[in-house]
Amino acid sequence: MIQVTDLNKSFAGFSVLRGINLHVRRGKTRVILGVSGSGKTVLMKHLIGLFKPDSGTVLVDGEDITKLDDKELLRVRRKFGMVFQQAALFDSMTVAENVAFPLREHTKLGPDAIAAKVKEKLDVVGLENVNHKYPSELSGGMRKRVGLARALVLEPSCVLYDEPTTGLDPLTTDYVDQMIMDAAARLQVTSVVISHDIGSAIRVADDIAVLQQGVIVEDCPASEIRQSKHPFVQKYLDTWFGKQ
Amino acid sequence: MSSFVSKARVPFELLGNLTLDFFAEVGRVAQFFGLVVARSLTPPYRWRLLLQQMEFVGFGSIFIVLLTGFFTGAVFTLQSAQAFARVGMESMVGSTVLLAVARELAPVLTSLMVTGRVGSAMATELGTMRVTEQIDAMEVMAVDPINYLVVPRVIAGAVMVPCLSVIFLVVATIGSVLVGVGILGIDEGAYMARIEWFLDPFDFTHGLYKAIFFGLILALVGCYKGYNANGGARGVGMATTQAVVIGSISVFVFDYILTSILLIGAPE
Repeated sequence: MIQVTDLNKSFAGFSVLRGINLHVRRGKTRVILGVSGSGKTVLMKHLIGLFKPDSGTVLVDGEDITKLDDKELLRVRRKFGMVFQQAALFDSMTVAENVAFPLREHTKLGPDAIAAKVKEKLDVVGLENVNHKYPSELSGGMRKRVGLARALVLEPSCVLYDEPTTGLDPLTTDYVDQMIMDAAARLQVTSVVISHDIGSAIRVADDIAVLQQGVIVEDCPASEIRQSKHPFVQKYLDTWFGKQ
Repeated sequence: MSSFVSKARVPFELLGNLTLDFFAEVGRVAQFFGLVVARSLTPPYRWRLLLQQMEFVGFGSIFIVLLTGFFTGAVFTLQSAQAFARVGMESMVGSTVLLAVARELAPVLTSLMVTGRVGSAMATELGTMRVTEQIDAMEVMAVDPINYLVVPRVIAGAVMVPCLSVIFLVVATIGSVLVGVGILGIDEGAYMARIEWFLDPFDFTHGLYKAIFFGLILALVGCYKGYNANGGARGVGMATTQAVVIGSISVFVFDYILTSILLIGAPE
């Protein structure tokens, strides 16, 4: 579904991504693992055209989105849903209005149909009786679930997750992981997860790429990540498996 | 010698860099304005959001405009009456006050009040949305944030500031008449007759043209600063401060430029 080739990006002369090559298979969950400042979020923002690369291509369903203008990008972005690190819910809107927002913008559905869709998606993420609450009244985990409901409401073919488990307690982390797997299984969506959480990555991923200082140093099926010979990957994995 | 030369270059380099930064920023604001114009001409047209912003900019600012307008008219009348009394021309007080209010004080003071209240709010709201990734979320949801957030605010500024300026003028006139006729005892007939004789419709349209432009500028600067905020809470604070400072200074600078242009076509 997504093919990234020789992607380079720098900010103010500082190279953030260097020669990135990445393939995201349709219907699979791809995790991009890396420590803070490794360029994960910058890479993800390239996948939906929020950043333009200095060089390289990003093909989405065969279309190079780096060549598209803003209007054409809006069309491509309708294939995506995104769950932000801090959920990025509109704080002036209620939960129901947040989830309904993409429907109001992109469909001609009436109020009843929109309300039904909103309820359905909030049910998928296990939330009820929160319709009239504002984001500031929700916990971090609940905000992420509302963010996922909003990302799923237009039934996109690909969902991007930016650090979905950062700042969550272990039980909520487990719940969010399960939610990502459920969304992938039930709705047949392609998922790209940006994370530094190794345990979570191994649980949800079909494929894992490890990013170190803007370079992908490992790219393999999740089941093979522990066999990696790369020193950084071994050291990184030891921080998790060393504790097991 | 070379050390002296390199030290002597520092202020010139600084001045050069400041000049370059200034023109680069002006260029970015102009580019942003071009984007706003382009997006305001292409659907979807967001009437509901426009009405909400017009209510916020216009109705929400009425109270401060009423207060500012009334006391400006009243104080200006007190000062003018004392000055005109020296030459025995108290009957000219009303026309002089109204001329100044219609051409200058109504558009400029209204715009400064609205910059403080609305320009800052626009910068804070959009800045917060930027640093908490709400604007990114909008883009990811294939909704154009310029069309959704900026266009209604800028149009509301350009439409409502002239309306507020008219309210300012009316209230300032009431303040002037109350003080001039009611307190200082200037003859009512002469006061009103001089206004009618002295003022021209151009004096009112002059002020209105300026108010439209100031409304556009203050909303544009507030939105530009908020839209491009970065660096968390501190960045939002800086964007808000800059929106008020740059918005206010722009009102004065463009006031001079517009007045120079408008006076070319003024009736004799």
